[in-house]
Amino acid sequence: MEDILAYLIDNQQQIYIFILAVFVGVEVISKVPTVLHTPLMSGSNALSGVVIVGSIIVLGNTSSDNYIGLVLGFIAVVLATLNVVGGFAVTNRMLEMFKKKPAKK
Amino acid sequence: MIESIISLSYLVAVVLFIVGMRMLSHPDTARKGNGIALSGMILAIVASMLTPGLNNILLILIAMVVGTVGGLYFSKTVKMTAMPELVSFFNGMGGAAAALIGLVEYGTLPTSAVGQGIVLMVSLILGSVSFTGSLIAMGKLQGKIKDIQVNKAIAFIVFGIAIALSAYILYAGVPNSPLIYAVLVISLIYGLLFVYPIGGADMPVVISLLNALTGVTAATTGLLYDNMVMFMGGVLVGSAGIILTLLMAKAMNRSVANILFTSFGSASGTVATGSGEEQVAKEINLYDTAILLNYAQRVVVVPGYGLAVAQAQHAVHDLEKVLEEKGVELLYGIHPVAGRMPGHMNVLLAESDVPYDKLIEMDDINEKFSTTDVVMVIGANDVVNPAANDDPSSPIYGMPILEVNKAANVIVIKRGMSSGYAGIENPLFFEPKTRMLFGDAKKVLNGLVTEVKNM
Repeated sequence: MEDILAYLIDNQQQIYIFILAVFVGVEVISKVPTVLHTPLMSGSNALSGVVIVGSIIVLGNTSSDNYIGLVLGFIAVVLATLNVVGGFAVTNRMLEMFKKKPAKK
Repeated sequence: MIESIISLSYLVAVVLFIVGMRMLSHPDTARKGNGIALSGMILAIVASMLTPGLNNILLILIAMVVGTVGGLYFSKTVKMTAMPELVSFFNGMGGAAAALIGLVEYGTLPTSAVGQGIVLMVSLILGSVSFTGSLIAMGKLQGKIKDIQVNKAIAFIVFGIAIALSAYILYAGVPNSPLIYAVLVISLIYGLLFVYPIGGADMPVVISLLNALTGVTAATTGLLYDNMVMFMGGVLVGSAGIILTLLMAKAMNRSVANILFTSFGSASGTVATGSGEEQVAKEINLYDTAILLNYAQRVVVVPGYGLAVAQAQHAVHDLEKVLEEKGVELLYGIHPVAGRMPGHMNVLLAESDVPYDKLIEMDDINEKFSTTDVVMVIGANDVVNPAANDDPSSPIYGMPILEVNKAANVIVIKRGMSSGYAGIENPLFFEPKTRMLFGDAKKVLNGLVTEVKNM
């Protein structure tokens, strides 16, 4: 129990950031038209691919004789890259419907 | 020096994520927003590659090339209709990556770090659930996986076992215990049990929820490494994802709790036993309608008696003018018996100076519906009732109708859910592509004019 409390105290800053980030997330998409639900879901899915940063660090920190670690880390980087690249590419394709005709304003 | 550059790059990346997401939620800026979020991601990746003391750089690069080629291949070749499946697939990959990170990292964690241990377990469990859950969701959307009745209680017990087991591992503090693999396997199974019993039609909402889950997993992974870009990015996706899940459920006229905790079987049971058909029509608001209209190539207005009653002929002409300015082609589909007398609609629309060549007769307009983006049915009912074509028991079976359900979207502007002159139900209102816009035709049209002007 004391360990957990100590961990929370050590990471107070993260907790503050967490709370603020939650509100930012909610605020950012407060008013979304229905037609954008799927593209937005896809876009935020691409963003959750940010675990790629973790995968890179994991693989980069694995010593070269830890074969299991290397294999798992390698797979993690591949999958995370799939998530990021595929996510953004698919979102872009979905949004092509909004590209049409030069807007007259 | 290099470390501060990395930290600052992460900071900028987070800002780009937030701005990108904000822009993604508006149609005019959505494409740009996607690009901005992407540039933030590239920045974060490059910065993480610069981390001092990073080994296996070559391996990392190879993995990234493999992932990039795969991602581009899948996203370019998928059919437009299969997009949600692919999103679910990609989401599952992200979850799997997070679970693997947790697995690898477990071996290196000092046994005394309980706080970090908890965070790691959360990453592992949620990542695995997100992985198998997303794959099942994908299979369901493709129709390859049937709905299977799973007792919710069993699913919760499985989840409980995963948590209890990870708590035991942390408590015992034995490193490299094979038990961690047991936690992994049980979490994977929970992911299956979680999504299996949910009906295929509710999958978009489930995918959105799993997406939020992957975001949370990214955040916990970020916590593990004290990495701000993962943490902030993950929390952002998590909270935005939850809100989006609620919005999507609302747009489908379902509650999230209903989707997740009502077994599929029992839900369909209530529909069947209800008196008559307990179908639910989906509503749309002015803003969403205006966006649909604004980005359409061709809009067809189908006027009926309701338009005449509301005296909305001038309002509809105003909407026509605003939309034409935006480059949208607007036509009127005139059914011979729309209104209360033949030619009623022509007379009415001519009064507000609608050009005659825009009033299209039934046979001609029926050919155009398949290439029409949005049909607006204003105060008409029986003349667009598809029962006339496909339900031999319907009293109006055989009557020629305007086949509006061939268009991509149908918006029905009506005062309420009452039936038309013939007094029969209109299945059109319950079709998946149909949205109801309730209100007085004149007020609604004037509102649309204002919204479209503001676009």
